[in-house]
Amino acid sequence: MTKADLVDIVYEKAGLSKKEAQEIVEDIFDTLKNTLKAGDKIKISGFGNFVLRDKRPRKGRNPQTGDDIEITARRVLTFRPSQILKAFINEPPQS
Amino acid sequence: MTKSDLVEKLSEKVTTLTKKECEEIVETVFENMKKALHKGEKIEIRGFGSFTVRLRRAKEGRNPKTGDKVAIPEKRIPFFKVGKELRELVNC
Repeated sequence: MTKADLVDIVYEKAGLSKKEAQEIVEDIFDTLKNTLKAGDKIKISGFGNFVLRDKRPRKGRNPQTGDDIEITARRVLTFRPSQILKAFINEPPQS
Repeated sequence: MTKSDLVEKLSEKVTTLTKKECEEIVETVFENMKKALHKGEKIEIRGFGSFTVRLRRAKEGRNPKTGDKVAIPEKRIPFFKVGKELRELVNC
């Protein structure tokens, strides 16, 4: 499934033009991105949470050369699926 | 930001739609993403990331209270891989 498939689904369901459907799907993901960029987490009930975590710098190694390197401090994004989503994907098909 | 905050933001941005319509569209999007994962399908959102289903194989666990062995069956886990664009976006 791609963004284009989501656009088609919204188009068929919501009675919008194709262009409007495309814009709103785009707007949804842009809003999510801008929120995460601002450092705010996202909670979509029934789906999951997008959580930002600040990692401290740590020592690493270049696996190819064996050189010691410093892995810099960084902010990473993780997805924590909701219990509902985890249970749902384990249900038998067509339920 | 919660789902309702997202709906709020969208309805401010898309003035041609009511808040109710925005809510329905947001529901539609996440429900269909769930359905795709249920079918074992991969979801790829350019600039955002991709969702896949990974298989956790069956293993033996223990009841931490009684120490009894328990069989943990194989199960499917949703997995999100952050897209390059978003990964760089949150880290600056």
